[in-house]
Amino acid sequence: MADIGTERKGRAQAVAMRLWNSRWLLAAGFVAVLMVYGFAGISGYVVLLAGAVLVAAAMLPAGVAHQSTENAAAIEASGLQRLSGEYLAAAVADPLIIFDRSAAVVHANAAAFAAFGGIAPGVSLSLKFRAPEMQALLDNILSGNVASDSVDYIEKLPVERAYRVSASSVGHATDLYVLVFKDQSEARRIDRMRADFIANASHELRTPLASIAGFIETLRGPARNDPAAREQFLQIMQNQTSRMARLIDDLLSLSRLEMKPYLKPGTEVDLRQAIDSVIDSLGPLAKENGVVIERDFAQGPLDVPGDRDELFQVFENLLENACKYGQSGGRVVVSITRGDSDPEPGIDVTIRDFGPGIPEEHIPRITERFYRVDVENSRTQKGTGLGLSIVKHILTRHNARLSIRSEVGKGAAFTVHLPAR
Amino acid sequence: MQSVHIVSAYDEELKYLSKRIAAMGGHAERMVEQAVAALVNANPGLAQKVIRDDLVLDEGQREIDDKAIIIIAKRQPMATDLREIVGAIRISADLERVGDLGKNIAKRVVAVADGRQPNSLFRGLEALANLALTQLKEVLDVYASRSVEKIGFVRDRDDQIDAMYTSLFRELLTYMMEDPRNITPCTHLLFCAKNIERIGDHATNIAETIYYIVTGDQMPADRPKGDKTDKIILPATLPAK
Repeated sequence: MADIGTERKGRAQAVAMRLWNSRWLLAAGFVAVLMVYGFAGISGYVVLLAGAVLVAAAMLPAGVAHQSTENAAAIEASGLQRLSGEYLAAAVADPLIIFDRSAAVVHANAAAFAAFGGIAPGVSLSLKFRAPEMQALLDNILSGNVASDSVDYIEKLPVERAYRVSASSVGHATDLYVLVFKDQSEARRIDRMRADFIANASHELRTPLASIAGFIETLRGPARNDPAAREQFLQIMQNQTSRMARLIDDLLSLSRLEMKPYLKPGTEVDLRQAIDSVIDSLGPLAKENGVVIERDFAQGPLDVPGDRDELFQVFENLLENACKYGQSGGRVVVSITRGDSDPEPGIDVTIRDFGPGIPEEHIPRITERFYRVDVENSRTQKGTGLGLSIVKHILTRHNARLSIRSEVGKGAAFTVHLPAR
Repeated sequence: MQSVHIVSAYDEELKYLSKRIAAMGGHAERMVEQAVAALVNANPGLAQKVIRDDLVLDEGQREIDDKAIIIIAKRQPMATDLREIVGAIRISADLERVGDLGKNIAKRVVAVADGRQPNSLFRGLEALANLALTQLKEVLDVYASRSVEKIGFVRDRDDQIDAMYTSLFRELLTYMMEDPRNITPCTHLLFCAKNIERIGDHATNIAETIYYIVTGDQMPADRPKGDKTDKIILPATLPAK
């Protein structure tokens, strides 16, 4: 039914179109008929008949000849001419920015938004990319002396990224230019990592290694025939090797994080479920330390964009710390609240312990690698000095913030603010 | 950014000012970054380069001052335009000081490079510099995008910088008490830390100027004071280790 209706409507529209297209011819025909009527004095019926014939003729489909020439022209132009620059930019996986003669952004693709943010159309590129080499590149290309140019550009903060940036003008006299960023962070990071790894790890691995070497010497020498001492020394050596294994695990997970500094967009994490599973997995440790974990979760959905495994590690590290170092408090409170009052709406997860707390002068620095508030205590709790460093790394990737509040003797509270985007 | 004027050359002049500010900002960021890298890696060559680069900033500030005065004289600016121009003068002065502080850090590289100091100190300095540089970068990004609602974060960072500086101050004092031979390099490092902390203050100043340019109001004056080094007194003898 509906099909017939629309078909009929379509046909009526076509007829109206034809009438409209031949309106001038129709008008001229009518004038001619009226003139004949006036001068020749024929009957009115003949005039009406002539008018009806004219209208009917105009309603008939016109010859398709000139329509087909139009179609041919359209087919000819449908190559790259009709392709929108926007679609083309979206199809490029690297960050790409199109700008005009005054260095103002005309269009930036999704990759550019993800990498740099805050590049709405109209923002000046020379204000956004202030590094001297980028300024030189922009000046060079805008002066019109060269058609294309490229430089190496390194962004240190918030996470280090290195790009090979090439700029070139688009088409002939369009007054548009394009910047394409080729990410080379990976190669640079591998270089840096090697140096860092050797510096950090060699120092930390040396200590247990030295003690193992010492005990081996003792076992081969003075303690050769002393079964009691042998048993004790072997126990210590076992502890030291497991410490080294933990350290290597942490170093590897830290370097894995550094290898891929930004996050795959689009995945959502249900915090309630993630934190529940963290609490379950740390149940045995809490029992061993005599700590009770209490939950205080807000109502409603608690989803944030992020990577589930990484956020799991964040809360695992924080809760593990709370259980170990806040042991004397006897309880740990995990609370999730909606931080809507914050300038950046999101969800706050707070892990609070009631242990000895952290002295104020250490708070700013405890996320540094191998920084320990109390070296002795950290060793006995089997800490590697990397837990909070890993936490901070993951949170930086999530655009999240870690704030630490503590009062000596009253415990410490670690709050993670995850933006809801 | 600005509304369009009838004389388009006026727009061009204002745009030129903000472009020069951005270029100065880029130079200042780079100088501080390289000065700290030279300090941490004990690289006197890089330090020399930083010291030479300071000329660019001095030159930039003079140019912006001249241009701004000429615009005021020629165009008789009002409201936003006037704030924009006066703001440019103030921001360029702050950036020039940031460059000076970076240069000062670079000058101390040689003095510190002699005796090797504990790694944790350098890591602390690096972290402090990262905080200050992040703050400077965020502020200059706000200057580009004019989104003043992000300025609140800048002050939060200022607190972090002050807390970190206080912690480093304490640590440096401890090293000096441990061994008098540490006093020379540690004093230099103390000045470096102070310089970095001052860079953060200049970034906050710039943030306040931007707020004024965009809104026409002064930023609320509840700037908290987190630097507690004026009260640090370590006991005369070291605690038993």
